[in-house]
Amino acid sequence: MAINYVNPEFEVIRNPNRCIVCRVCERQCSNGVHSFDPETGTMMADETKCVDCQRCVALCPTRALKIVKNDCALRENANWQQDTIYEIYKQAGSGGVLLSSMGNPKPLPVYWDKILINASQVTNPPIDPLREPMETKVFLGKKPTMPERNPDGSLKTDLAPQLELSMPVMFSAMSYGSISYNAHESLARAAENLGIYYNTGEGGLHEDFYKYGANTIVQVASGRFGVHEDYLSAGAAIEIKMGQGAKPGIGGHLPGKKIVGDVSRTRMIPEGSDAISPAPHHDIYSIEDLRQLVYSLKEATQYQKPIIVKVAAVHNIAAIASGIARSGADIIAIDGFRGGTGAAPTRIRDNVGIPIELALASVDQRLRDEGIRNNVSLVVGGSIRSASDVVKAVALGADACYVATAALLALGCHLCRTCHTGNCNWGIATQKPELVKRLNPDIGSQRLINLMTAWRHEIMELMGGMGINSIEALRGNRLMLRGVNLNEKELEILGISHAGE
Amino acid sequence: MAKKYVIIGNGTAAVGCIEGIRAHDLDGSITVISAENHPAYCRPLISYYLEGKAVPERMSYRPDDFYDRNNVKVIYGESAEKIDTDSKTVVLSSGEKVDYDSVCVAAGSRPLVPPFEGLDSVPVKFPFMTLDDAQNLEGAISEDSDVFIVGAGLIGLKCAEGLYGRVKSITVCDLADRVLSSILDTETAEMMTKHIEEKGIKLMLSDTATKFDGNTAYMKSGAEVKFDVLVLAVGVRANISLVKDAGGNCGRGITVDNHMATSLENIYAAGDCTESLDYSSGAVKVMAIMPNAYMQGHCAGENMAGADVTFDNGIPMNSLGMFGFHVMSAGTPQGELYEEKSDTHSKKLFTQDDRLVGFILAGETARAGIYTNLIRNGISLSSIDFDTIKTAPNIFSFGQEYCRNSLGGVV
Amino acid sequence: MKRVYVNEKWCLGCHLCEYNCAFANSGLKNMAKLKGQKIYPRIRVEGDDKITFAISCRHCEDPICIKSCISGALSKTPDGMVEIDKSRCVGCLTCVLVCPYGAVIQDGDGAVQKCELCLKNSSGAPACVAGCPNNAIVYEER
Repeated sequence: MAINYVNPEFEVIRNPNRCIVCRVCERQCSNGVHSFDPETGTMMADETKCVDCQRCVALCPTRALKIVKNDCALRENANWQQDTIYEIYKQAGSGGVLLSSMGNPKPLPVYWDKILINASQVTNPPIDPLREPMETKVFLGKKPTMPERNPDGSLKTDLAPQLELSMPVMFSAMSYGSISYNAHESLARAAENLGIYYNTGEGGLHEDFYKYGANTIVQVASGRFGVHEDYLSAGAAIEIKMGQGAKPGIGGHLPGKKIVGDVSRTRMIPEGSDAISPAPHHDIYSIEDLRQLVYSLKEATQYQKPIIVKVAAVHNIAAIASGIARSGADIIAIDGFRGGTGAAPTRIRDNVGIPIELALASVDQRLRDEGIRNNVSLVVGGSIRSASDVVKAVALGADACYVATAALLALGCHLCRTCHTGNCNWGIATQKPELVKRLNPDIGSQRLINLMTAWRHEIMELMGGMGINSIEALRGNRLMLRGVNLNEKELEILGISHAGE
Repeated sequence: MAKKYVIIGNGTAAVGCIEGIRAHDLDGSITVISAENHPAYCRPLISYYLEGKAVPERMSYRPDDFYDRNNVKVIYGESAEKIDTDSKTVVLSSGEKVDYDSVCVAAGSRPLVPPFEGLDSVPVKFPFMTLDDAQNLEGAISEDSDVFIVGAGLIGLKCAEGLYGRVKSITVCDLADRVLSSILDTETAEMMTKHIEEKGIKLMLSDTATKFDGNTAYMKSGAEVKFDVLVLAVGVRANISLVKDAGGNCGRGITVDNHMATSLENIYAAGDCTESLDYSSGAVKVMAIMPNAYMQGHCAGENMAGADVTFDNGIPMNSLGMFGFHVMSAGTPQGELYEEKSDTHSKKLFTQDDRLVGFILAGETARAGIYTNLIRNGISLSSIDFDTIKTAPNIFSFGQEYCRNSLGGVV
Repeated sequence: MKRVYVNEKWCLGCHLCEYNCAFANSGLKNMAKLKGQKIYPRIRVEGDDKITFAISCRHCEDPICIKSCISGALSKTPDGMVEIDKSRCVGCLTCVLVCPYGAVIQDGDGAVQKCELCLKNSSGAPACVAGCPNNAIVYEER
């Protein structure tokens, strides 16, 4: 037998003076790390199973637990790092493709952190959002390039369909199947309360959630799961998913064991069958094909709903966006390489795609250069982590941001990045009823509302500091941004000056 | 016109009756005839009084202002001699007559004293029924006393526990082959016997005194017991004479229906002096236990005040701890038996016709009320997961609907 | 009157309520001091692998425990809470014998105890409710 032992990544440290053997950790760990030993009357841990989701730590009533990085390390090597070596061991043992979840964790540049925001001093004074009106409302959709008049001289006011957002943030696509019923309910209720939107992902829309349709974006992806006329009509907008930032160029695969009960019914596929989304849409091989789908969907919904086309940020994103802007789509969503996922091949997640900051800047510029910026709204996602990321994105040219990881964190996710196992201890990325119930949507939706309310306050503070009182005045206002630690090329693509300039 | 209520007796049933009347009628006059010179007190506490766990000031069954608050007149130190149904009066020992519109006989019971030969020659002897008995007994004992208790039922054993440590020796005899013969089966009684004997109390079972001579008891077995203090705890008899003499139906207790009405008009009865339907067996018997006394009294009181309520699921039930070892029994030990046994505990459940009808527990008594509930409410065992409840009493196994109804709102 | 209710839909069966209860009524400063002690929680979790909930005193409208108490230790407060005066309890366990919910328990001292909604300890409001990680236990009027 080959030696397959891989040193556990984490160590469970239990303070014996604090542990009262209440066994809450044991009951709450779906991975089976903790167990009670009746002979010694103490708790034991099997660290090989620990994913560092911190559920036990969070629920331990005496704070007796901590999970730390295992310091039993291989000899240091800047080239052959420990993770790399262990991945080789795993593959040598299994012969399989490595799987991961959530966003790219590699130490690649985060441009948001190299961009700084301006503030007013002396002239053009700052605005106090607590005293002055401050507009965070945003409309997404096609805008007229110039005023048009009717024969009688009156102004034409019939706009293309728009999405109205109370703030420039939406919850991005996460399918029912990849996340739980309760997670979906939390997102839906929060979106409704906040006056924003959440997105079904490609898993269809559970019948219980049709009532949140006015705040729902329904997705049409390559697998076409759960797509039917009522579904299309149920949402406020329809999103065609061409790609995803975490795994550009490949499709999706929800294993048959997660296709149970309502998930199967909602996706309209038999229980237990794998839900495989192909890498391409088999009917789209050109912008013209995309245009056909865009108009098919518009036709199916009487031109009442904006159509979003979502693509991953890849090398030629500016040209791709230009094509989409001419396809009839109302909104382009671009997903950067740090975007999350319920499951992706590790190599793809960590090595394919480009940063959203650069993609956004180049797309916005290209559309302006071509005079078609008003054809579409731009929504960007792929690791928007805070209100300041939102402000920077809007200043770089975005109309709104998509957030998913931040929303999951609000719901309890601790970014252990093992969504693909289906054992989510926080009741989010799982379909096991005993785990799903761990997320009470009363709590979940309130936490999402809290988070977005806090962000909205921060956005207003940041805008006020710049002397800006509406999102409209911030959009594409790159003068409000400066770069630090960026080279000439990066500054050129971002279209911003270096700090001090 | 305000009604005149008279309650004969001042124990648990009487208090229940007062509260029952006042639930419907705040105006009527209530007169309580109390033979004992105490406000209603918790009678079972008299053994704890000996033990030092209870003091008379803290033994009252209700707060001090109970009678005043309920506008009740209590006549202390007098007993009712007769109920005159023609003139609707109760005649007291003083000769005084008290008019009534409605009367509740809650006269309780009295110690049974068998006609032992030579009992009169015993200088120091007591029954063990009242606070006065307990106080008299306490006055008669010392650390050098040898105490002899005739009767190993609830009263005799609790008396022994109360005296334990305060006297030199305690001997308890009983004609039955086991202790607590009215509530325990042989096996469970043996566990209790062992526990009591380990404390140094001498038990003489299947044996009783045939003759007394001064401070010596001559036993059926031929043994002789020397003692300083004799406690007679052979048993009790229901006080039925008031109703019987007035022409009412009586068996071993006063016969009452499920409204607690006797066969005589406007005369109710409740508590230890009555006999009533045992819901678990369907038999009519005297069930002289405190919870029933209260519930019967309350039922009687409500009906006296014009309501129409019934109490029909009384069952025998007892909980008794001796030196930390607890036994409980309820219902009737008949039908199919489920049994568990270890060195420290025993459990016997009796089922019949899809119902739990009785149980006897020893050592492990947690959540026994779940079993009692099954008996008192005649819950169909096939409608619940009784196999699980058998081993560990729980609510979950009653099924979702039961849980929703009983836990989801006010009960 | 506000009572403690448990919504089985959200109960995780984690048993934290039992420990929060025991701690709230222990008078200890730190829960870690419960180490090595047997706890006697006034709320207890029941159920199987799938459905769990917790049970504590229902504070019945017509409490049979009070009717059965031989020592007058159990009574109702003006608000309707069933309370116990431990100094009067002689540990006869008649209340245990009659409580249909199994919600009265004997603690280590021999006396019985039951949920008093944490109104008599330093929590001031039910600790099981405050500590429930999934809002499964609520304290409300129904």
